[in-house]
Amino acid sequence: MSENVKEFTSANFDAEVLKSDIPVLVDFWAEWCGPCRAIAPIIDEVANEYNGKIKVGKLNVDRENQMATQYGVRSIPALLIFNNGMVANQIIGAVPKLRITDFVESVI
Amino acid sequence: MNRKVIIIGSGPAGLTAALYAARANLNPLVLEGNQPGGQLTITTDVENYPGFPEGILGPKLMDKFREQATRFGAECHFKHVTKVDFSEHPFKVWVTDESYSGETIIIATGASAKMLGLESEKELMGYGVSACATCDGFFFRDEKVLVVGGGDSAMEEATYLTKFASEVVIIHRRDEFRASKIMIDRALNNPKIKVAWNSTIEQILGTREKGVHGVVMKDTQTGATREEACDGVFMAIGHKPNTELFGSFLDADQTGYLITNNGSTATNLDGVFACGDVQDHVYRQAVTAAGSGCMAAMDAERFLENQHR
Repeated sequence: MSENVKEFTSANFDAEVLKSDIPVLVDFWAEWCGPCRAIAPIIDEVANEYNGKIKVGKLNVDRENQMATQYGVRSIPALLIFNNGMVANQIIGAVPKLRITDFVESVI
Repeated sequence: MNRKVIIIGSGPAGLTAALYAARANLNPLVLEGNQPGGQLTITTDVENYPGFPEGILGPKLMDKFREQATRFGAECHFKHVTKVDFSEHPFKVWVTDESYSGETIIIATGASAKMLGLESEKELMGYGVSACATCDGFFFRDEKVLVVGGGDSAMEEATYLTKFASEVVIIHRRDEFRASKIMIDRALNNPKIKVAWNSTIEQILGTREKGVHGVVMKDTQTGATREEACDGVFMAIGHKPNTELFGSFLDADQTGYLITNNGSTATNLDGVFACGDVQDHVYRQAVTAAGSGCMAAMDAERFLENQHR
């Protein structure tokens, strides 16, 4: 995992995500989710390429079940992009890199 | 760059074709599609793939397939082919505006879950509508879900969902299931599972923000409709081959499966081969898909040899 990809939890979500000065891409994922593993390298690349412009992190739904419920996640991978403490946009399911970068570009 | 072999798809068929083509020094390019590893990546334990007596997780098995193919030089890219042109040789494929050309093409695009075809279903896919209990069941803990279908996969999905959901209702359009007896018994003996016979879904109610809160069901006998509350809807009404891209170039049967010539993976176009579920609606197993992937690589290799003679 890239050092630019953080781990989000219910404990740091407020500070790291909701109060962030820059947009934050949150990857809701789980160990048992094949498609989540398929996009993991892309998430790393996006984190590296957009370092400084957005923050990128993962949220493990097994450990943080409550957070998934709170944000209405019903399928993973779910990529939620937060801007000023609100969900600005989301992508459900594994998608090619171009869709993820378009998605990021839409908020920066 | 002109490739000797381009493989479209990355399930057991595509990756076995890649393994064999790589070992034959054909330097295959695998365009993995939007679900790298294919349908097995959305299953849990695979207990019928020979060589794994204890069973193996589907995603894990597909990692191994990929690792084995790349070890011999196959190049795998997480890219989804959006257009093909097989009208001249070398054949062309596109990933949005990037183009690739290949002397041979191996099609291993597999099959995907059928949907009902409702607008509301498309809108709410991933927001309470799902075609994969093992992927999404987790998110319906202590909630009520519906499973649409009457075959083995519907029974399996319903039974699996009882691990999480408080109540599972199987919605079936007829008055009997076509699933195997053992699967039906397992489902019907589960106290959390109920069945709505002679019923179809007309509409799924909900929003992307708040998820699904119910469906409109129709009684196929009387035509009467009613609302049924639920938190999720799982589709298990069978599969369809992923062949939309090839329609104008390749022969397919009436349900869309590519037609291969008896005993080989050859399609109606010389140099284009098909393997795995995209050309097989009968067996549809990982091991048969892998077997036909091997055949496709060998057929492609033979085609290339004859061409350069």
